[in-house]
Amino acid sequence: MSTVADTSILARRGGLAGRLSDLFWRKPGILLLLMLTPPLLWLGIIYLGSLIALLLQSFFSIDDFSGLINYEFTLSTYRQLLIPSNFDIILRTVVMAVMVTLASAVIAFPIAYYAARYARGKWKVIFYLGVMLPLWSSYLVKIYAWKLILAKEGILTWFLAKLHLLWLLDAWLALPVVGGSSLSISYTGTFIVFIYVWMPFMILPIQAALERVPGNLIEASADLGGNPAQTFRFVLFPLALPGIIAGSIFTFSLTLGDYIIPQIIGSSRLFIGQAVYAQQGTAGNIPLAAAFSVVPIVIMGLYLWMAKRQGAFDAL
Amino acid sequence: MRSDRNTSAPLGLKIAAGAGLAFLHLPILLIFLYAFTTEEKSYQFPPPGLTLKWFAVTWNRPDVWEALGLSVRVAAISTAIALVLGTLCAAAVSRTKFFGRETISLLVILPIALPGIITGIALRSAFSFAEIPFSFWTIVLGHATFCVVVVYNNAVARFRRVSGSLIEASMDLGADSFQTFRYIILPNIGTALLAGGMLAFALSFDEVIVTTFTAGQQSTLPIWMLEELVRPRQRPVTNVVAMVVVIVTFLPILGAYYLTRDGDQVAGGGK
Repeated sequence: MSTVADTSILARRGGLAGRLSDLFWRKPGILLLLMLTPPLLWLGIIYLGSLIALLLQSFFSIDDFSGLINYEFTLSTYRQLLIPSNFDIILRTVVMAVMVTLASAVIAFPIAYYAARYARGKWKVIFYLGVMLPLWSSYLVKIYAWKLILAKEGILTWFLAKLHLLWLLDAWLALPVVGGSSLSISYTGTFIVFIYVWMPFMILPIQAALERVPGNLIEASADLGGNPAQTFRFVLFPLALPGIIAGSIFTFSLTLGDYIIPQIIGSSRLFIGQAVYAQQGTAGNIPLAAAFSVVPIVIMGLYLWMAKRQGAFDAL
Repeated sequence: MRSDRNTSAPLGLKIAAGAGLAFLHLPILLIFLYAFTTEEKSYQFPPPGLTLKWFAVTWNRPDVWEALGLSVRVAAISTAIALVLGTLCAAAVSRTKFFGRETISLLVILPIALPGIITGIALRSAFSFAEIPFSFWTIVLGHATFCVVVVYNNAVARFRRVSGSLIEASMDLGADSFQTFRYIILPNIGTALLAGGMLAFALSFDEVIVTTFTAGQQSTLPIWMLEELVRPRQRPVTNVVAMVVVIVTFLPILGAYYLTRDGDQVAGGGK
């Protein structure tokens, strides 16, 4: 009896490493704690700490005369967000984010659908890398490329001139809101660059959702008399919707917070990101900057809550 | 029998998908052309002539080298920190179930889910509140925070596939925790960590929004580039730098892809 016990229960290991090892095995909780402490300390203190400190500052106000921060709880900074010039900034950004999201979904869908249903073997790899490379390539270089394209002497004007379509560009630029003296300083330019930079984030989740749609479902729809438009409307689209919503989280959030694209390619009218940047920098009004940055947090919070109810997180 | 795999795509879909991919790639290709242009003052197309002169000019610019050096150092150290923190977090989350597990995933993803400007301004106001002067380390602090998520995602995906019975078998055969980690866990998750590290490096190397808030007077390469975009000084040099940046960021992406491509074939994954 005792011989069995002797061989199946090993002796304690010697040395510090051995004793630690035994401890981890007997009390997994300690190992877990040791593993979790460094990342939680880092993210908790550096990230959450800063974030909470920022949010608290939005409840302070700035003294109009001295320019110093008045450390008393107040909602007056939030009230400033509602004055027309500030509210316009919020509205403009949200409208732009919605437009960019919708347009990205429209452009991304065929790519995702082709990659999910038709691309095989070599083409699957080409499509995957074809999406990943632009997604990961340098953000500023992408913006720079569009500065080259949209410039008055750039390739787009040259191309349209070759096609004798310059009148179309001029007619578009003459339109009230979307136009301007050149594409690179108009909302249209900002819109195109936003789509270009954030659209790859839309493709992958849609593709993931469509990969799970069995092809014979599409054929069943056709067999039952549905034309392609009906098949899309009643079969494909509802099944792809969680993927579209998952992708829209990225396009929407990234557009809401961006301040570099509208600064480099766009009219001089501000977006939320630019307002935050200007308020904390030149104006030195940290409370208002903080209040402005609460807007995207709240919008994204609502958005994520709705997306979760739609089951979008399964498609991520 | 499933009949769904032998149909060919409708023409309209082919065109739309092809046009979409072209839309994603042509602008980047244009960068390559402009690096060789002889035109200095404008973005004229087609370029009046092609030259290699600007490569030499860029090579001799100390400010470009300085910015590049800073970017590489920041990216290397941030990646190292992110590798440690991300792997620890992934190991904890995937091995055990505990209270608040979902919250930890959310906490890791948050720095990248919220707009960069919020992370940036939060860090900046925290630095000024704690009276920490801007330095190399303030940049690293910001970068490491949002790089954790990339490593974490790669590591979690791989941990899920590494069979738990392998670890138990190793322990049963008398290996201690450290030996198990060294000889069983590390070889299995190694490529995923390398891929995550490469992506984290690429992410940090390219980051500009958070960096503008945490850098103070120093310029990383993206900050240098941003200044050139806002106030162009010597456009041809910017063109060359842009091309080099494209090439430098493509390499880790391709490397990460080839490392994780065969991820299904890790030991114990077949069960």
